[in-house]
Amino acid sequence: MSSETKQILTTDGIPLEVSLKKAERKNKIKAFLLVAPLLFFLIITYVFPIGDMLFRSVDDKMVTQMLPKTFKAMENWDGQELPDEEVFAAFHEDFIKLVEDKREGKLSTQLNYTKNGFKSIIKKLRRASKKFEEGNYKEQIMSVHKRWADVEYWRAIQRRAPEFTGQKYLKGMDMYVNEEGKIVSVEEDRRIHRVLWLRTLEIAFFVTVFCFLMAYPIAHLLATLPMKYSNLLMICVLLPFWTSLLVRTASWMILLQQQGIVNDFFVGIGLVADDNRPEMMYNKTGSYVAMTQILLPFMVLPLYSVMKTISPSLMRAGKSLGGTPFIAFWKVYFPLTIPGIGAGCLLVFILAIGYYITPALVGGASGTLISNQIAFHMKSTLDWSFASAMGLMLLSGVLVIYWLYNKIVGIDNIKLG
Amino acid sequence: MALPKYTEPHYRIWHYIYLTICGAVFFFLIAPLFVIFPLSFNAEEFLSFSDGMKSLDPDAFSLRWYKDMIYGTKNPWGLAAKNSFIIAIFATIGSVILGTVAALGLSSRHMPYKGLIMAVLISPMIVPLIISGVAIFFFMAKAGLAATHTGIVLAHIILGTPFVVITVTATLSGFDHSVTRAAASLGSDPVNTFMKITLPLILPGVISGGLFAFVTSFDEVVVVLFLAGLENTTIPIQMWTGLREQLSPTILAVATCLIILSTLILVTAELLRRRSERLRGINR
Repeated sequence: MSSETKQILTTDGIPLEVSLKKAERKNKIKAFLLVAPLLFFLIITYVFPIGDMLFRSVDDKMVTQMLPKTFKAMENWDGQELPDEEVFAAFHEDFIKLVEDKREGKLSTQLNYTKNGFKSIIKKLRRASKKFEEGNYKEQIMSVHKRWADVEYWRAIQRRAPEFTGQKYLKGMDMYVNEEGKIVSVEEDRRIHRVLWLRTLEIAFFVTVFCFLMAYPIAHLLATLPMKYSNLLMICVLLPFWTSLLVRTASWMILLQQQGIVNDFFVGIGLVADDNRPEMMYNKTGSYVAMTQILLPFMVLPLYSVMKTISPSLMRAGKSLGGTPFIAFWKVYFPLTIPGIGAGCLLVFILAIGYYITPALVGGASGTLISNQIAFHMKSTLDWSFASAMGLMLLSGVLVIYWLYNKIVGIDNIKLG
Repeated sequence: MALPKYTEPHYRIWHYIYLTICGAVFFFLIAPLFVIFPLSFNAEEFLSFSDGMKSLDPDAFSLRWYKDMIYGTKNPWGLAAKNSFIIAIFATIGSVILGTVAALGLSSRHMPYKGLIMAVLISPMIVPLIISGVAIFFFMAKAGLAATHTGIVLAHIILGTPFVVITVTATLSGFDHSVTRAAASLGSDPVNTFMKITLPLILPGVISGGLFAFVTSFDEVVVVLFLAGLENTTIPIQMWTGLREQLSPTILAVATCLIILSTLILVTAELLRRRSERLRGINR
């Protein structure tokens, strides 16, 4: 149809459609150029490094490169019985080179991740290897320690041959690949990570629930009070919001300590005996109380901004049509606030699930979260690939929630104050 | 919100219960902050109210922890404060420039892939800080910027820009684009139009985004813990170390100063918000 109608031309003789498209493209490029500096800055300094974490979490080249000859020799080994002299000789050759470069400590750390007990026998081997004679390395190595004659340990070394591994992810879920190559869980009493994941979810969930229960009434009050009162009360929400996280955590540490004000108060009203003051800090209670107070503003603000838009005449209409105030609230007001509830809950949940500082200070051993474990591996054990794997597991959870948030609320609907 | 006279008694009771609950929640929110003030003037080394303080004995109060904060030889608060301000100021400038320019592009209706790009730009705000910390640390270590001011400033720009992008795009959503066209038709070039027309109109949004970026940088501890060396120590790092090792009243003196600072920022932010709401009201 369009080909038959006469094309409209601009004054330059170019068809209008082409000219418009050209202008459109120019505008697109202009808009993109404005965003480009920040976008590229973030891609280089932030998005790529997160990708780097992904690479680190599966990268296992270190051991592969430390024992190249051993793994080459092991290719012909079926893993049933002790490997033969060829493997032992290759291992000896690799090991001597590592000792020369002073890297055998790194090897022992790495192998210890796969199987406990490597640290001491590698130390012994280093000392003994100085006196080794040429030839018949199998006998000599096996005589250093009985574990070197155990086929299990050689299988453990063989498992480190591939350059990439998913074992860090399995470890994050307290699982490992056993001798037969099957994925199994570690013993019941050593499942520390599952406990942490569950606790993180539990604390994030309950903190969200507490925040919701506390924020709903005050957001309603703020939205229905006359401006001059609500502005004053709003300070109670905004001042904590703008105050340093560490300051607020410090104040909870003072309040919750055993000789602290909260305990004094409980003793004062006779709730607990003076010589039997409960521990309210360095455990889950501390994490719950402090995190709820710190995250509360993030629930109040989205709820408030939604409630502000609900006309009071709707409630009056509900009541005038015969509903009691409760029915009017439940059938009219509450459904209208659901977008705000969704926004607030998801925001608080996302923030709570990645919390680090407050649990580390008031959480003690039973109140720490998965983030604390990540920081521990980054700083203390220096097992960065494991920290990366755990971080990415946490991140994928958060991204699912972020995606839901975007679907339900829309990212550009986030309001700040 | 006085109740109408015809309210039935049991609703009246409900109403008072509701007000009591609200009062309790407001108390829960704000009261912990006020514990810090009196204790920072404690004459003794304990973090609880001494008997002298309870009876308002003037001898039980002193400024010794403030003196310790400023003159204490062992306390690196001076260096920390200097570093914190330098880092926060540069991070704010960086975030505001990058964020505002990006927000201008994002609010253009010609912007392609708006949703996706917005999601990337906002992501540092959503991704848990510990993960951002690990990722940024890997980058800075590779770039040789770990334990430098530059590295920390860049890290804080990453964390601060989402706030600027959000506040400025919100301000721009009520922006009347015909004024820039009017300026262009009167012969103004784009840069001139931006400086003379657009910027003054969106300034409240830019400044409040800048305040967010400033506070984010000034309070940030997770990423700095990974990046900072001894010379880059900041106030949050010192507080973190202090709170972990020994809670001394000097920390409370610092905390009091921080609360005063955040009150100032709150007042500025509120004034700006009202101004920008007024401006947007006029535009509509």
